[in-house]
Amino acid sequence: MIKYIEAPYYLDLLDNFLKTNLPEWAALAIEYVLIGLVLLTAYAVIALALIYVERKVTGFFQARLGPNRVGPFGIIQSVADMIKILLKEIIRIDNVDKFLFYLAPFFMIVSSFLTFGALPFGRGLHVVDFDNGIFYLIAVSSLSIIGVLLAGWASNNKYSMIGAMRSGAQFISYELSAAMALMTIVVLTGTMKLSTIVDQQEYVYHWNIFRGHIPAVIAFVIYLIAGHAETNRGPFDLPEAESELTAGYHTEYSGLQFGFYYLAEYLNMFIIAGIATTVFLGGWQPIQVEGWDGFNTAMNFIPSFVWFFGKTGFLVMLSLWVRWTFPRLRIDQLLNLEWKYLLPINMVNLILMVIIVIYGLYIH
Amino acid sequence: MEKIKELILKTVPDAVVDETQKLTVTVTSDKLHLLAKTLRYNEAMPFDFLVMMIGEDQGEALGVLYMLSASQDVSKELVLRTSTTDREKPLLYSVTDLWETAHFNEREIYAMLGIRFINNPDMRKFFLNQDWVGFPLRKDYDADPAINPVNLESRDIIDIAPRIVETEQGLKEETVRIFEEDDYIINIGPQHPSMHGVMHFRTSLDGEIVKKIDVHSGYIHRGIEKLSESLTYPQILHFTDRLDYLSANINRHALCMCVEKAAEIEVPERAQYIRVLTDELNRIQSHLIAWGTMCMDLGATTAFIYGMRERELILEIFEKLSGGRLIINYNVIGGVMFDIYDGFQKDIHAFIIEMRKRVKEYHKLFSGNVIALGRMKDLGIMTKEDAISYAVTGPAGRGSGWSCDLRIHQPYSIYDKVQFKEIIRTEGDAYARYLNRLDEIETSLEILEQLVDNIPDGDFQAKTKAIIKLPEGRYYQRVEAARGEFGVYIESRGDKTPYRLKFRSPSMALVSAMPLICREEKLSDLIGIGGSMDYVIPDIDR
Repeated sequence: MIKYIEAPYYLDLLDNFLKTNLPEWAALAIEYVLIGLVLLTAYAVIALALIYVERKVTGFFQARLGPNRVGPFGIIQSVADMIKILLKEIIRIDNVDKFLFYLAPFFMIVSSFLTFGALPFGRGLHVVDFDNGIFYLIAVSSLSIIGVLLAGWASNNKYSMIGAMRSGAQFISYELSAAMALMTIVVLTGTMKLSTIVDQQEYVYHWNIFRGHIPAVIAFVIYLIAGHAETNRGPFDLPEAESELTAGYHTEYSGLQFGFYYLAEYLNMFIIAGIATTVFLGGWQPIQVEGWDGFNTAMNFIPSFVWFFGKTGFLVMLSLWVRWTFPRLRIDQLLNLEWKYLLPINMVNLILMVIIVIYGLYIH
Repeated sequence: MEKIKELILKTVPDAVVDETQKLTVTVTSDKLHLLAKTLRYNEAMPFDFLVMMIGEDQGEALGVLYMLSASQDVSKELVLRTSTTDREKPLLYSVTDLWETAHFNEREIYAMLGIRFINNPDMRKFFLNQDWVGFPLRKDYDADPAINPVNLESRDIIDIAPRIVETEQGLKEETVRIFEEDDYIINIGPQHPSMHGVMHFRTSLDGEIVKKIDVHSGYIHRGIEKLSESLTYPQILHFTDRLDYLSANINRHALCMCVEKAAEIEVPERAQYIRVLTDELNRIQSHLIAWGTMCMDLGATTAFIYGMRERELILEIFEKLSGGRLIINYNVIGGVMFDIYDGFQKDIHAFIIEMRKRVKEYHKLFSGNVIALGRMKDLGIMTKEDAISYAVTGPAGRGSGWSCDLRIHQPYSIYDKVQFKEIIRTEGDAYARYLNRLDEIETSLEILEQLVDNIPDGDFQAKTKAIIKLPEGRYYQRVEAARGEFGVYIESRGDKTPYRLKFRSPSMALVSAMPLICREEKLSDLIGIGGSMDYVIPDIDR
C-alpha cells in the first residue's frame, strides 16, 4: 500500500518504461531533461508560493489583509506579479560596467539553483547526492555573494556600493557560522552524504537535534541565525536596508534582473530552512517511534515530501516571524554578534560535540 | 524684567524701548551684536533661546526682529529689532556665535530679503537656488515667472559657500568649501524613504561613519509667508494646516489665537475646551506617526502599521467632528467650525481606554527589544546646551533635559485648568526622545480625561465681523505643537491682510541640529536619529 503513495514507485515505472522502449542513452537524456524541467518549475512555484505566504502571513502579523484581490484570498497575486515582472522593461543604465552588471543576477540565481537541486525532498526525490553533500551545499551557496558584490560594484551607484560592501562583510562572517554549525552535525553523523544523514534519523529521537542533544540544539539555533543572516532578511537585511540605502545592491536593477534577486532571496530562505530540516530535523522522515507500529504505519501514509515541506514550512514561518518583529541591526552590531558571540560559541560547541561523540554520550 | 530693561539701557543707552505688545528694543545695527551678547550672557536671566528670527521689509529699511527667550523660563520674552537702510547691499552682524539656530534663519533671511550677515560661516541662500533673481519677501519683488523660469536641466550642486568675515582690515568676502576635495559624498534625499519628506542631506562618509552633513532644503517651498501677505486672515488659516500637516490643528489654533488676541475677540469657553481636546488628539496622532516611522526607520515595519492602526481611531473621531481627517480645517477665528457631535465624549472615553492598552503593547513590542535598545541608546546625543542653542524644543528638547513645554510655562487657552506633568529626560539620546513621545501620549490622554466630561455649554463660536481687520501692531503667539514650539508673528498695518506674517517652524530647529548630533555616528544611525528627531518637511519649507 505505502509504496503507491511514494515517488520512487512511479519513478521506477517511468524509468522501466523508457528503458524498455528506448536505447539507454536516449532514456537517460530524456530523464535528465525531465528532472531539469521539474526542478526549474518547482523552483519557480515554491518561490511564488513563498511570496504569497509571506505577504499573507505578514498581513496577519501587521493587522492588515494582505493580497486579496486576484483570485480567492489573493492566491493568484504572485502569479500576476510574476507575469508583470517578466513583461517589465530592463532599463539600460548609463555608466555601468555592462558585462558585470548583466552577469551579476545570474550568479545569484544559479547559486541558489545549484543548492536547491541538492536538497532531498522526499524518499527517492533526491537529484544530486554527493558523498560530500554538505560541503557541496556550503560551497555553492557561497557563490551568491559574488552576484551581490558584482551588482554593487557594477551599478556605479553609491547606495549599491555601500550595500554590497555590507553584504560582503556580512556574508563572509555568517557563512563561517553556518558552516561550523553544520560541521558540528557532521561530527555526529560521521558522513557528509545527505541521503545517509537522512537515513540515520529514522526515529524521532534519532533526529540529529535530539540525538546530539545540547550541542546539536546550540548548533541548530546558530544555524538558524546564521542562515537567516545569509538570506539578507531582517533583522539582518542591512545590504538592502530600504530605509537607509533605498534598495541596497539591487537599486539599479529592473525587470527580470530584479526578479532574479527577488526570487533568489525567497528561495534562499526556503533552502536554508530545507538544509536545517535535512540536517537537524530528520529531513523527509515522518515522525516514527520504535515499537509503536500502528502509529508508524499511520504516519507513513503521509507522503515523505509532505513531511519535508511541513518541517521546512515551520522553519520558514519562524524566519518570517523574526523578520517582521525585530528592527534592523547595525553593521558593527552585526559583526560583533558573529565574531564575538556566535563564532566562539560555535567552536566550543564543536569541541563539545567531539567529546560527546568520542564518549558515545549521544542517544543511540 | 525691570532689571533686564536697566541692563539694556546701560549697555546701549540710545536703545528705543517699547512695551505695548512685548518688550521691544530697537537698536542700530552696529550695536545689536553687543546688546545680544550682553543679554545672552547676563547673570540674572540669560536670554539663551532665540525663538524666532523675523526678517522684514519696512519700506525704507530692511530689518530683522529677534525674539528672545530664556531657557530657565520660556515664558520670558524680549524682542530685539534692528534694521539697515541700505537696500542695495544690506549687511547686518550675525548672531550665529550666540545662538546656533540663527545660522539657518539668517540664510533664510538672506534668500528671502537679501540681507547678508557678517561672520555667518556659510552665507548660501537657504530654500532658494543660488541664482534666484530677486528677494521674494521684499515688497518690490517682481514675481514674473519669466524672471525665474522653471529650469528643466539638471544642475550640479556646488559645495562652495560664500561668506563675509570681519577682519582687522575690514570686511572681507571669501568662499569656503563645504566638503573636502576627496570626500565620499552621498545624497540622502531629496527622494529617500527615510527623509520623511523632501529633505536633502548631502552627507560625506568615511566608510559607514558620517563625517559631515550639509542640509539642502526648499524642494517644496511654497512661499506661504509671501502668499499670506495678499490674503485675508480667514484665508490664511488654511495655510497653517499645510505647514506641519501632522499637527495641523495645533498650528491653526496658534494663528487663530494670534488673530483673536489682536482683534480682541472673546472666544467662548466651550470652543476653548473643544480646541484643546482636538489639539491633544492631534498631538497623540502625530506622536503615533513619529513612533511608527521611527521604528520603520530602524527596520521594524510591523510597529509602523500598529501606530497607523491606533491613529486611525483618532482620524475617525476627526472625520465625524469636522469631515476632515489629516487636515481638519476645524479652528476658525472666534471658535471652532462645528459643534461636537453626539457621542463625542463616548468616543474619546473609548479611545483613551484603547490607547492606554496599546501604549503598553508598544513598549512590549519595541521599547525593551535588545536590538532596538542598541540602535537608540547613547546615539545622537544632544546636550541641554546644544538643544537650547539650536532652539530644539518639543519632545526632542525635553529629551535633553530642557523644560520647555509651553503648555506649562506659558499656558494658553485653557491649559491652566488641567493638571499634567511635563515629561523630561536628561539622557539626550535617541532613546530619550523616543520614550518622551510615548510618555507624552499618556499625558495627552490624561488631559483628554480631565476635559472631556467638563465641556461647558454655550456657543462654540464667537460672532466675528465679516471682514477682520487687525489694529496696527506686532502680534506674537507661541504654542506647543507636536514637534516643539510653533510660533506665529503678524505685523499688521491696520489692513485686512497682514503686512508681514511669519511662522516659527519647530522642524527647522530639529533639522539644524542634525549635522551636530549625527557627526561621527554611523550611516544607519543617521536614519534612526532622524526618526527620533521627527521633523516634517513642509513645516520647514514654508
